[in-house]
Amino acid sequence: MAETTHADFDALSTGSLRRRITAKAIVYALLTVFALFYLMPIVIILANTLRPLDDIVRTGFIAWPADPSLSHWAEAWSTFCIGGTCEGVSRYFKNSLAMAIPATIISTMLGLINGYILSKWRFRGADLLFGLITLGVFLPPQMTLLPWAWVLGNVGLSNTISGLILVHVVQGVSFTTLFCRNYFLAIPDDLIKAARIDGAGFWRIFRRIVLPLSPPIVIVAVIWQFTGIWNEFLFGTIFTSGDKQPITAAIVAFSGSGTGERHYNVEAAAVIMAALPPLFIYLVGGKYFVRGLTSGAVK
Amino acid sequence: MSSLEIKDLRKRFGNVEVLKNINLAADSGEFIALVGPSGCGKSTLLAMIAGLESVSSGEIRIDGRVVNDAAPKNRDIAMVFQSYALYPTMTVRENMSFGMESRRVPKAEQATTIARVAEMLQIEPLLNRKPSQLSGGQRQRVAMGRALVRDPKLFLFDEPLSNLDAKLRIEMRAEIKRLHDTVGKTTVYVTHDQVEAMTLASRIAVMFGGVLQQYDTPREIYRNPVNRFVAGFMGSPTMNFLDATVGEGGLVLDGGAVVPLLPDQFPRLSTGRKVVWGVRPEHFSPAAERRAERRGGVSVPIKAQVDMLEPTGAETILFTRISGQKALISVDADDAPEAGAPTQMAVDMGKTCLFDPETDLRL
Ligand SMILES: Nc1ncnc2c1ncn2[C@@H]1O[C@H](COP(=O)(O)OP(=O)(O)O)[C@@H](O)[C@H]1O
Ligand SMILES: [Mg+2]
Repeated sequence: MAETTHADFDALSTGSLRRRITAKAIVYALLTVFALFYLMPIVIILANTLRPLDDIVRTGFIAWPADPSLSHWAEAWSTFCIGGTCEGVSRYFKNSLAMAIPATIISTMLGLINGYILSKWRFRGADLLFGLITLGVFLPPQMTLLPWAWVLGNVGLSNTISGLILVHVVQGVSFTTLFCRNYFLAIPDDLIKAARIDGAGFWRIFRRIVLPLSPPIVIVAVIWQFTGIWNEFLFGTIFTSGDKQPITAAIVAFSGSGTGERHYNVEAAAVIMAALPPLFIYLVGGKYFVRGLTSGAVK
Repeated sequence: MSSLEIKDLRKRFGNVEVLKNINLAADSGEFIALVGPSGCGKSTLLAMIAGLESVSSGEIRIDGRVVNDAAPKNRDIAMVFQSYALYPTMTVRENMSFGMESRRVPKAEQATTIARVAEMLQIEPLLNRKPSQLSGGQRQRVAMGRALVRDPKLFLFDEPLSNLDAKLRIEMRAEIKRLHDTVGKTTVYVTHDQVEAMTLASRIAVMFGGVLQQYDTPREIYRNPVNRFVAGFMGSPTMNFLDATVGEGGLVLDGGAVVPLLPDQFPRLSTGRKVVWGVRPEHFSPAAERRAERRGGVSVPIKAQVDMLEPTGAETILFTRISGQKALISVDADDAPEAGAPTQMAVDMGKTCLFDPETDLRL
């Protein structure tokens, strides 16, 4: 894909020198304040992962680690006791991966195929169907809890990771279909016609013409789906229990247990572990995410 | 034998009928131009021939076989799109081989075909580029190359030159003519440009409002248009239409001027009948020249009030009023009179025509 460069428009580069300096100073000061505001919680949590528990209890939550130690990270990963089992969050982390990766892949692929059909192989009622599918985008997930409980019970997927995958795929297809269909509208119909005359059928056109044009929207869908599914805890808490829970549901259990003392430092490390994969995905693909959401990309 | 035959073809989108009873046949090797204003149904007709649009009623035959329900790939056609429709993620070579791959042509044969066509179109240096790295004219060539590797029964072009600038358009027009002469395949060529139609086609189908108005050779379409629409659409600048009444001594133009008719030119016209007199701008000439006579015709004198001149180089267009009605006259640049003065012109009477003002049909 061709790299496009924009000459930045600098609104502060005109006017007298004094005016320019004052304007820049104000802008940077404001930006710094906001950046600090957003970064502060992360810094505090990170600092707490390195502090011994008695230090936190004694001096409170906001303090710099006097005697930093990484031991709480190891404990959080492999030996910390959650809900009666003492295996750390590693099991739940793997559960989350086992749920989010397949659910992301399947829902993205289904979205691509749906979008392809709804934009390039239109049929009577295609718009109505599209409207119904994207209705899912606007339905609050709480509304679907009861039906899902019934479905999972009947197909025998209660308290399984496969059950969560099914839920997330179906819930996610609304989004991926919306993204892909709207993106594919920008692909000229003439390309499809030319390919049909060239003897290509439904799948060959999809594979050879449409998919090669799709990386920007695939990245958008993958980031959106992965972060959404990973961070989701409502379905996880309600449809799974014990060692089948995703990491978000397990972490919710920290606050719920109530009994015994709180291991703030270990819990902080666990929370950061739970936040890492979406952060990683965003850092890797974020550049394309913004571009995919904003650009036509098909030329 | 006809290689393309269209019978009583109709197309409806919902309850809008965009093609009404089209009948058309092309002989093997012929170059047919479909011409008409934007929205008249040319692209729809072409898409139906290609199999990209369904047939509402009627029949399409390619090489004698009814193809109404055949898929595009089974019709043995190739098409060049107005937008070129090059596959953006493939190189020029892959663009050209895509169709052959679909039809499982052996790799070696693909390579020789691409080499042959690339040489014919002089696009060998472009084979490894992506469409986005090509200029408009190069894309146009590649689009034709993709059609030419097919060796189909029928070539379909949908306004292939309309995205090019004027100079390139004329070059490519000549190129298409040359290619058709070499390849010799039946071609259907859609354009809204009557000059393209006149220069390229062996027969022209003039369409308007979903109706095929006239289907004939360029010469006949120009000389003997069947109605006022065809007369006005073909030819540039467009034909003048002057309101008149048939009188004893000839045509009495609204505004009073009298134009003598040739003996036997319009024998069935009764005196007092309202008509529209059609004269092409190029069939006027300065009175002294007697150009019509030199070619065996008869000219009649007519007075024109010249309001404005529009020099185009070789010829000059005069914006005039004849008997108070607006008319364009095209003369040799050297013969152009002064603006603002009346001038005496001669009309090549045998080349003018009359239309019925009610039905617009030619009389
Ligand atoms: N898919 C369609 N649905 C409804 N109307 C259409 C469709 N395609 C074309 N039309 C209409 O059919 C008419 C002819 O269109 P077209 O064949 O593209 O004209 P042209 O190529 O001569 O400019 C136009 O009025 C257009 O609006
Ligand atoms: Mg068209």
